[in-house]
Amino acid sequence: MAGADALEAAFQARRRARFVAGFGGGAALCAALLVSAWVSEVFPASLIEGAPRIGEYLAKLVPDLHLPVLFAGVDAQGSLGYWMYRLDSWLWLLFETSQMAALATLSGAAVAMLLCFPAAANLAPNRAVHFAFRRTLELFRSVPDIVYALILVWTFGVGPLAGILAIALHTVGALGKLFAEVVENADMRPWEAVRAAGGTWAHGVRFAILPQVLPNFISYVLLRFEINVRGATVIGFVGAGGIGQELYSVISFNYYQEIGAIIVLIIAAVSLIDLTSERLRTVAIGRVE
Amino acid sequence: MTTTVAGIRARFPRAFGPPPGTRALRWLGAFLFVAWLCVLCIWFDITPSRLSRGISGLFVILRQMIPPSPGQQWPDILQGLAESVAMAFLGTFVAAVIAVPLGFLGARNVLVNALAHFSIRRVFDGFRGVDQLIWALAFVRAVGLGPLAGVLAITAAEICVLAKLFAEAIENADPRQKEAVEAAGGSRLLAIRYGLIPQVLPVLLAQTLYSFESNTRSASILGVVGAGGIGLQIAERIKVRYWDEVSFIIILLLVTVAVIDQLSARVRRRLIG
Repeated sequence: MAGADALEAAFQARRRARFVAGFGGGAALCAALLVSAWVSEVFPASLIEGAPRIGEYLAKLVPDLHLPVLFAGVDAQGSLGYWMYRLDSWLWLLFETSQMAALATLSGAAVAMLLCFPAAANLAPNRAVHFAFRRTLELFRSVPDIVYALILVWTFGVGPLAGILAIALHTVGALGKLFAEVVENADMRPWEAVRAAGGTWAHGVRFAILPQVLPNFISYVLLRFEINVRGATVIGFVGAGGIGQELYSVISFNYYQEIGAIIVLIIAAVSLIDLTSERLRTVAIGRVE
Repeated sequence: MTTTVAGIRARFPRAFGPPPGTRALRWLGAFLFVAWLCVLCIWFDITPSRLSRGISGLFVILRQMIPPSPGQQWPDILQGLAESVAMAFLGTFVAAVIAVPLGFLGARNVLVNALAHFSIRRVFDGFRGVDQLIWALAFVRAVGLGPLAGVLAITAAEICVLAKLFAEAIENADPRQKEAVEAAGGSRLLAIRYGLIPQVLPVLLAQTLYSFESNTRSASILGVVGAGGIGLQIAERIKVRYWDEVSFIIILLLVTVAVIDQLSARVRRRLIG
């Protein structure tokens, strides 16, 4: 019986310890929540005051559609055509946005591909080079693209170019890190073979490493493209081109119906691009296997 | 039988490169790619002179960024940083609390109805396309300038992301524990409580902490549209061209993000073991 008692006592002690730990964690969480609510000015009063206005605002975004005239022309109030009365210019802006994202992703990926090989521990000639390239990529990655855009709008002027460069700069850092990690996981035997046959460092990268890592690179580039399309939709908020500029102005002027229409179009475009790129990604990865 | 290179090339053309058809397709692809690049360059007015002017302007700015200086408004900067972190923390927490039930609804092994499951997942996917800054701008119009709009924006945007991640984590759970509870006579609710939640809770916690880290980054820019946090300070200083203060705030921001990452990694290790 003594054994059972000891077991029971150990069980109770463990239970008590877990309870204390859980209680302490819960108390810390509550304190952190209270402090952050206080810092970010989320008071019960402001929430109660704000909540109905959020509901009102979101309700106004819902389009005013009437079923009988849904497919009537642009002139009929309550029809789809009336709601999307500027569909052509919005679609064009969305196309521009996607092209900005594509160009930014491509140029960012090109630079990242140059920087990733010296940043990989297994290919860098020495640790100093590896460290320097890694930190450079980190620096590019840590600054959000909107901040780049704010600065670049000053030097390159308002327009898509500033947005493209801003997204590209962030992409260099983000993709460079992922690329370097892929390179570090590459099989080094082809590399040794090329080097043993007298190939230079560049030969080794081209003929031993690149064929192995390219499918992964492509898959990461497509993934980044999806992220950059989302980023490009808002980069226009600071004057850097794309649909964001239009969205910013309709939100500022409280053109509720237009806000709803543009957001629906953005959701549709982003979903379409995501689905396409997901397909392409499975194809790119499938080629290796 | 010639064994010269030319002879072998004649006998095994495929060993020396792709057939002419493939080669022509490749050339066509390259041509189309270059044409696309040219069209974009003309469309977006990307010219060498404009690029060089912009880059020289950028170097002027970079020179003025060094040395970074805090300027006169230390308290404002620190308050902005604290606001950003607090917004991210509160927004992520509320989003996670709301996303847990949504995640269970979106998981195939909990909600067996395929149509309901599919439509819930599509809604998450769709709303993920709306960037946090769009939410922030909308909430600023709805509840006014300030961090409350930022918290709401982070919550709204993060619910969809976390609900999707949670649903995937729940779908990846081992079904045998749930089956054991059901076989012992437990109801569906009990099976979820004792067969599923203990498995997925660490994963959900880890994902919430990850999204707290990423939200700390994004909370730092919500201020650009007036939703509180350090972004407002950065945008204001860029407007008046105090570049040394801009670089100071950016460095401070990077340090804060690194510290948060470290802290969150620690908590994650302790909770998950």
